[in-house]
Parts: sequence; C-alpha cells; structure tokens
Amino acid sequence: MLLFLSSGLFLGWSLGANDAANVWGTAVGTRMVRFRTAAFICALFVIAGAVAGGSGGAETLGKLAAIPTIAGAFTVALAAALSVFLMTKAALPVSTSQAIVGALLGWTFFARKPVDFAVLGRIMGTWVFSPILTALLSILLYFGVRFVLARVRVHLIRMDALTRFLLIGAGAFGSYSLGANNIANVMGVFVPSQIFPNVNLGVVEITGVQLLFGLGGLSIALGVFTYSKQVMTTVGSEIYRLNPVTAFIVVLSSAIVLFLFASEGLQEAMRSVGLPTFPLVPVSSSQSIVGGVIGIGVAQGGHNIRYGVLGRIALGWLATPVIAALVAFVVLYVMQNVFALSVL
Amino acid sequence: MYSIFRKARGIEANIEKFLKNIETAVDLFELGLKEYFSGKMDRFEERCSAIRELESDSDSLRFDIKFTLYSDLLIPDSRGDVLGLIETLDNVIDIAEKVYLQFSIEQPIIYDWLVEDFRALTEVSVKTVHMLIPSIRAFFNEPRAVADRVGQVHFWEHEADDAELRIKRKVFASEEIEQFSRKMHLRYFAEKISSVADMAEAVAERLEVYAIKREL
Repeated sequence: MLLFLSSGLFLGWSLGANDAANVWGTAVGTRMVRFRTAAFICALFVIAGAVAGGSGGAETLGKLAAIPTIAGAFTVALAAALSVFLMTKAALPVSTSQAIVGALLGWTFFARKPVDFAVLGRIMGTWVFSPILTALLSILLYFGVRFVLARVRVHLIRMDALTRFLLIGAGAFGSYSLGANNIANVMGVFVPSQIFPNVNLGVVEITGVQLLFGLGGLSIALGVFTYSKQVMTTVGSEIYRLNPVTAFIVVLSSAIVLFLFASEGLQEAMRSVGLPTFPLVPVSSSQSIVGGVIGIGVAQGGHNIRYGVLGRIALGWLATPVIAALVAFVVLYVMQNVFALSVL
Repeated sequence: MYSIFRKARGIEANIEKFLKNIETAVDLFELGLKEYFSGKMDRFEERCSAIRELESDSDSLRFDIKFTLYSDLLIPDSRGDVLGLIETLDNVIDIAEKVYLQFSIEQPIIYDWLVEDFRALTEVSVKTVHMLIPSIRAFFNEPRAVADRVGQVHFWEHEADDAELRIKRKVFASEEIEQFSRKMHLRYFAEKISSVADMAEAVAERLEVYAIKREL
C-alpha cells in the first residue's frame, strides 16, 4: 500500500521542501523567525489544513478524472512528480498544482474518456485569477497598512517585535491554507481508491480521506523539516527583497487567496448570502506569492518590477500541464504494458 | 514572544537615554562655554568632568544597543542604519567634549568685543543639535515627519556658519589683535564650536536617507 502511495508522498515531500519557503522564506531568510520555530508551526498547520480543509480541492480534481485503481493513482502522481523534477532540472517554471492536472488529463486521454472542459476551464481560470487576486489583495493591504502606520506611531524597535508576531501569524495561516489547498495535489488522486477505512474514536470519527490527507500532510511536514531550510534562505534573501512588513502583506495576501480556493465553509457561507463563490481548486502558492510581490511593486510606483516573471508564469500555465500529460501518457503505457498493472 | 517585546522596550529605553545624554551634554557645553566667555573659570572647569561622564555613559549605551541589536538579531532590515545613526550621533558628543577640553587646555583669549559673537555661535551650534534630536525621535516613531524636522537642522547649521564667518571677519579685520598667531587661534576655536553644528548636520543628512528607506 505504502509503495503505491510513495509517489504521492514524494510529491508531498517536494511540496513541503519548496512551497513552505513561499510562506516562511522571508521571515526565516531575514532571520526574523528562527527556522525551527517556522518549521514546527508550518508542519503543525499544514497537517491541520490538510486534514480539516483539504477535501474541496480533491473533489474538483476528482471531477476532472476519478481514477478508480490505486495503480493508476500511483502512476498519475508519479508522472506529476517526474514532470516537476524534469521541469525543475530544465529550469522551467513549474507548479505541482498544474503538473497534477496535466497528469490527470494524460490519464483521461490514456483511458479514452471525455475531458470535462467546464471543470478544466474553471481550474485553469483559477491559475490565471489567483496571482491577479493576490496582487490586488496585496495592493489593498499595502495601502491599508501604510494608512494605519502613518497614524499609529510605533517605535521602530517595537514595530520589529510586532512584525515578528505578525509574520508568525501570517505564516501559520499561510501554512494552514497551503495544507488545505495543496493536499489535493499530493493525495487527491488516491481518494477514489478508498485506501483507509473510517476510524471511530468514540468522540470523533476520522474519515479515510482525512487519514489519507493526514498522511500527505506528514509527508509535507517531512519535506519542511528535511529540505526547506536552504530554500527558505534562498527565497528570503535572493528571489525577492521585501522588508519584513511588506513580506507580511505578501504572505497574508497569498494565504487568503489559497484559503479562498480551499475553504468549503467559506464557500458555503458565501453561497448562503447570495455571493458568487470561489471554486475549490488547488492553486500554485509560488505563483500566488509572485502575484503578491508584483502587487507590492505596483503599489510602490511600479519601479523595478521584473515583467519577465509574468511571461514565465504564463508559460508555466501552458507548458506544465502539456508536459505532465505527455509524461503521464508514457508512464501509464509503460505501467500497463510492461508491468502489467491495471491503471484504468 | 513576550521576551522580544521586553527586549524591544529595553532598547527603546537605551536609545532614549542616549538621546537625552546628548541633549544634556550640549546644554552643559553651552553653559560652560558661556561661563568661560564671562571669565568664570571655576564653573567652567566643573562642567568639564560632567561632560566627560556623559560621553563615557553614551559610549556604554552605544555598545549596549549595538550588542543587543546584533545578538538578538533585531531589526534585520534597518539594523545597519540604526547603528550607523547611533555611531555618528555619538560623534556629536565626542566633538563637544573635545572642543570643551581644548578650551580648558589652550584657554584662548576671547576679547570683550568678541564675546557676544562667540556666545551667539555657541547658541546656534547647540540649537542645531537640539533640532537634530527630535528628528532622530521622528525617525524611530514617525519617519514621515523627519524631512520637516531636518529642515530646521539645516537652517540652524547655516546660522552657525554665518556666526563663524562673522567672527573670522572681525578677527582678521581687527587692528587690536596684533599677533597673527592669536588671530589663527581664535579662528580655530570659532571653527571648532561650529563643528558641533556641522556634525549635527552630517547626522541629519544620513537621517534623511534612512527615513526614506523606512517608509513603507
């Protein structure tokens, strides 16, 4: 069983190693928060987010392609992981969210099933919309924070202490949102296989899906503890140079966006008051963060924005699913015809 | 988390104490020099040790601030600026102490017809420092207000330059002072008193840049 889950767990590990840095990179890179503190809070909240709020995104991915066999799910997750690995090696922009969708499409083509273009359109729409929404939110928060700081006189040193507190809060929220939004990328394909049974603990019942997501959350946490330190330092000091307050704004904006695309409770609440709802879709935390950084750049007058980054993101929207679909198709063919596994 | 706020309060208190030391030191500098110009040498000498104590206390505070900022990794983004500010600000008190000591050692002769000019120069030099201190406080609490306050520092430094120039012209145009060396001596002391204002302006110029960097 664990062998079949290994591709998903590897995706989880990779997500923890890379995407946790999006949330905690600046705080750790600038030494505002110690790595150990960041890793502990991140692991805790990622698992909480995965278990408590991860089912929405998985359901949407399930609508795109519900893989009934565990071997098929293993192969699709493996194809996504391979695509991420290959594209990272080729220095191409890549996101796990887009890779898993591409791999699912590859399975759909391989299984000669019809593609649900309505669901696919909704998923791809969120990829475009999420960085834009993060940018708009970070602009809004930037002016809000600036308005408050201009009126509330806080000593520089005390502001530093306050910012650390805020960075930890935003990091915890960001980690929860990351777990809730991105667990579908890691374990979503295994949901239809119903690997774990429901467990009744007397007071509370844990569903098999929650157990699956909890395991995925653990693999993300493992990635955070084992490999994210270096990535965090790189993100914090090299990719974008933000001061701690603007870093807080970017992390909070991104966390809100990831939460919006993951929270079933919020979706239900918005529906109940007649507001348009956000589709529950795994989005790329990296692209969301880049959107937030660009938002800060726009708010500060639009200087020094590297517009080339936008082109690379747009390239990723198209290239990642196509490459992942091709890889999935090939790997599924090999699994079925060489290893005689039932992948359909 | 509580300990970070406690440390923050400690550093804030040290910075404020450091600023008050500078204010007190330049006030003593002004009072002492005025007593020197009036010929009250005993009172003048008494103040010398008080200024030296303040200077030494400021050095300790500067070290404490520096050590805590580095050891507790506080304000990573502005640490260099704050330490640069504290270092250059410490130069103001150092210069005031040195000028005071030079008066005590060299005891230049201030002619009666020059006393008012030297008093005026001392007042505007000290006033420049007094204008600088609120600018520093604004940097920490309200960076947007720094530009306006620094304008006052530039104004009083310019006044100090004018007062220094007036003394130099009077000294070198005077027929009463026959010895050229004595004229040079007075010029030197006019420049030294004015250097306190110059140093305050140098800090203000740094401050303007730091304040822009601090704005969100």
